[in-house]
Amino acid sequence: LVCLTLACPGIVFGQAKPLRVCSDPENMPFSNQKLEGFENRIASLMAKELGTTVSYVWWGQRRGFIRNTMNATLQEGRCDVVIGVPEGYDLVSTTPPYYRSTYVFVYPKGKGISVKSLDDPSLKKLKIGVHLLGDDYTNPPPVHELSKRGVVDNVVGFNTFYSAENPPSTIIDAVASGKVNLAIVWGPIAGYYAARQKVPLELVPVPSGQGDLPFAFNISMGVKKGDEALKARVDNVRRQRSAEITAILKEYGVPLMDAGRTHTK
Amino acid sequence: MCVIAALGIAGLAGCSSPTSTAPASTTAPAAAATDADKQWTMPNKNQSATRYSAVSEINTENVKNLKVAWSFSTGVLRGHEGEPLVVGNTMFVHTPFPNIVYALDLSKEGAPVKWKYVPKQDPAVIPIACCDTVNRGVTYANGKIFLNQLDTNTVALDAETGKELWKVKQGDYKQGQTVTSAPMVIKDKVISGISGGEFGVRGFVTANDINTGKQIWRMYSTGPEAEVGFPGSVETWKGEEWKRGGGTTWGWYSYDPELDLFYYGTGNPGSWNPDQRPGDNKYSMTIFARNPDTGKAAWAYQKTPHDAWDYDGINENVLVDVNVNGQMRKVLVNFDRNGFSYMLDRKTGELLQANPFVHVNWAKGVDLKTGKPIEDPEKRTSATKNTKDICPSAMGGKNQQPVSYSPRTGFFYVPTNNLCMDYEGVQVKYQAGQPYVGAIVVSKPGPGGNRGEFIAWDPSAGKKVWGIKEELSAWGGALSTAGDVVFYGTMEGWLKAVHAKTGDVLWKFKTPSGIIGNPMTYVGPDGKQYIAVLSGVGGWSGIGVAADMSLEDPTAGLGAIGAFKDLANFSNQGGVLTVFSLP
Repeated sequence: LVCLTLACPGIVFGQAKPLRVCSDPENMPFSNQKLEGFENRIASLMAKELGTTVSYVWWGQRRGFIRNTMNATLQEGRCDVVIGVPEGYDLVSTTPPYYRSTYVFVYPKGKGISVKSLDDPSLKKLKIGVHLLGDDYTNPPPVHELSKRGVVDNVVGFNTFYSAENPPSTIIDAVASGKVNLAIVWGPIAGYYAARQKVPLELVPVPSGQGDLPFAFNISMGVKKGDEALKARVDNVRRQRSAEITAILKEYGVPLMDAGRTHTK
Repeated sequence: MCVIAALGIAGLAGCSSPTSTAPASTTAPAAAATDADKQWTMPNKNQSATRYSAVSEINTENVKNLKVAWSFSTGVLRGHEGEPLVVGNTMFVHTPFPNIVYALDLSKEGAPVKWKYVPKQDPAVIPIACCDTVNRGVTYANGKIFLNQLDTNTVALDAETGKELWKVKQGDYKQGQTVTSAPMVIKDKVISGISGGEFGVRGFVTANDINTGKQIWRMYSTGPEAEVGFPGSVETWKGEEWKRGGGTTWGWYSYDPELDLFYYGTGNPGSWNPDQRPGDNKYSMTIFARNPDTGKAAWAYQKTPHDAWDYDGINENVLVDVNVNGQMRKVLVNFDRNGFSYMLDRKTGELLQANPFVHVNWAKGVDLKTGKPIEDPEKRTSATKNTKDICPSAMGGKNQQPVSYSPRTGFFYVPTNNLCMDYEGVQVKYQAGQPYVGAIVVSKPGPGGNRGEFIAWDPSAGKKVWGIKEELSAWGGALSTAGDVVFYGTMEGWLKAVHAKTGDVLWKFKTPSGIIGNPMTYVGPDGKQYIAVLSGVGGWSGIGVAADMSLEDPTAGLGAIGAFKDLANFSNQGGVLTVFSLP
């Protein structure tokens, strides 16, 4: 369905305001300034449906991201929508989720590793790569659960400050090259970079045991709090175009869980 | 008592009349202010970091007549920490990012701009800074102004013309490194630090030649002895995690020329949660005493081993001589984020005293023999459990706002926070494309409900003498003078003048924005004493107003919004310098 410009609420013919998207300039597979990420693709799809184009506000997606983009002091610096945030993320107003993914174990196929749970005794010996998030003592949930299980000394941190020297692929490259035996990585990152390695890698969802933190998360789109009109329009596209959105996610190798939910309201 | 300040730029004026320290009743006669006293050439006034001025025209009797002489807009909205400098007839005013430096001509009416330096910096550095894009000021030596930019460049400017003489990059903001602290010049070297501990940046201090910018040495907070200049770090980390060990260096420096040692504090250990970095995590949270020529450390004292609260130990170390059990000792005094006031022998690092100066419950005290805190295990945080009512909060019993010490009263003047916090591991968060469940930190007022208090502290007794309760935190620094007037600013924007001995408020003025900067004083070309302060709310505590953050989220700004959600009722953003004098 192509949305005719005249039929789109709030848009004046010929003068459709661009959809302003808050986005990370260097964080594949999600987004980059060359518009190669799946969130860039979804943003384009959404703008097309809304009869407009995308304009980006680029900002590193870390502490202060929403503060400096969607909630920027100066009106000119602001953007309207974030393509991916966890459902219920309380700095923005979120749509119902459009996908659900999970942290996964990543290790070489056929090299004698078969870890399926954080309680696997081999985790005490294997060299394990994890991301360091840089948020005062808080890191990915499987990392906290490893330390609860006494797996500490053999865990190696990978910085999420990406640059030419430290691209987002670093942690998966380290698994492929044997620098670490295994990594625990958020699904979309693992899926995308594992598919680009020369050696075959296994991706196994990390199951949450009783009393553990959650490892799977619903991902939604987010708009500025209180902007219910825009949220309704964005959510309309999310529902109308869910098959295409899911196809994009699959093209990028995002491990999808509970697929039924991606299509629910 | 002789303050080491006197051995620095201030000359010997402050040392003319040794007195005992403890009782408020002992008062040295005001020595005549020297030319050095009339200026303010480094962030904390002198190498001892006392923020005490021997100028006494403004005193407890006439301060009630203080009026605005002139004011100046910096043109920048974010939080304004630090203070202007005065060298001769020129005032140097710095701003938060983009780190503009203005030279104002004090010899002309209205202090017009002599020159303006605007560094070129990539705006991509802005989101790296944790707690607003603050800068704590410039320093002066040998005809040069030294500036640390947010993007980690150290710059030397010709003080007369503003011309850039050299520029040296200390780090890479793309790896989470930024600089917010002021440099310090010691002999022919300029010493600079680094920020970014929350990203696992490995802290260091660097000495550069003041004339060429050439790096003389760099010493790290964590790692092998050759790189730390002191043994004992590597074995307090697992594996090679000292490489992401934190211990950043974003605070203030002081220097004892007699011992030829300089002092500074290091911040929290890297980004792992405490369970993931067993051990003391040395030398995070540490006071270092280093030789300025070699960078080697004479001693290191860790205040908060194995930190679990973000008690980022960078607060200033003030060098004074104090009567300890009847004996005069050369000590340093440090009012730490963790709520304890530490007194150490500054030659040996021996711990002499560690008393709480605010409400503290994470530890019952500090064992003076081992130097270790006596912790309450109930108050140790963990990513997998909730911990309630920890005092002080991560914002500290005192944050970066520097204290002042008056040799006339023998008291420290300390702007404090009265904040506690809850750690709750419930909130879904998001970073670099990754969702996770984080411990949310909610800061809240401590006992009594007031969020701050400005106190006078007797270092000999290790006790509070008097206190002025503040509705909001006292996030601005202190200034004491030979007129026995102490100045400090509040987050609402009041500049207050109080009696150094009694704490009586003698005068106050509402500046255009909240004050998180530090008052300073100087004698102008007309021979009159002036008081100057930057207002412009922001920083960690004021991030909500500075960045227009959503007030619905009490955990935003690392819990700062929860603690200061009403700040916008008192103050809006905007940097203004206000200068006062007697009519």
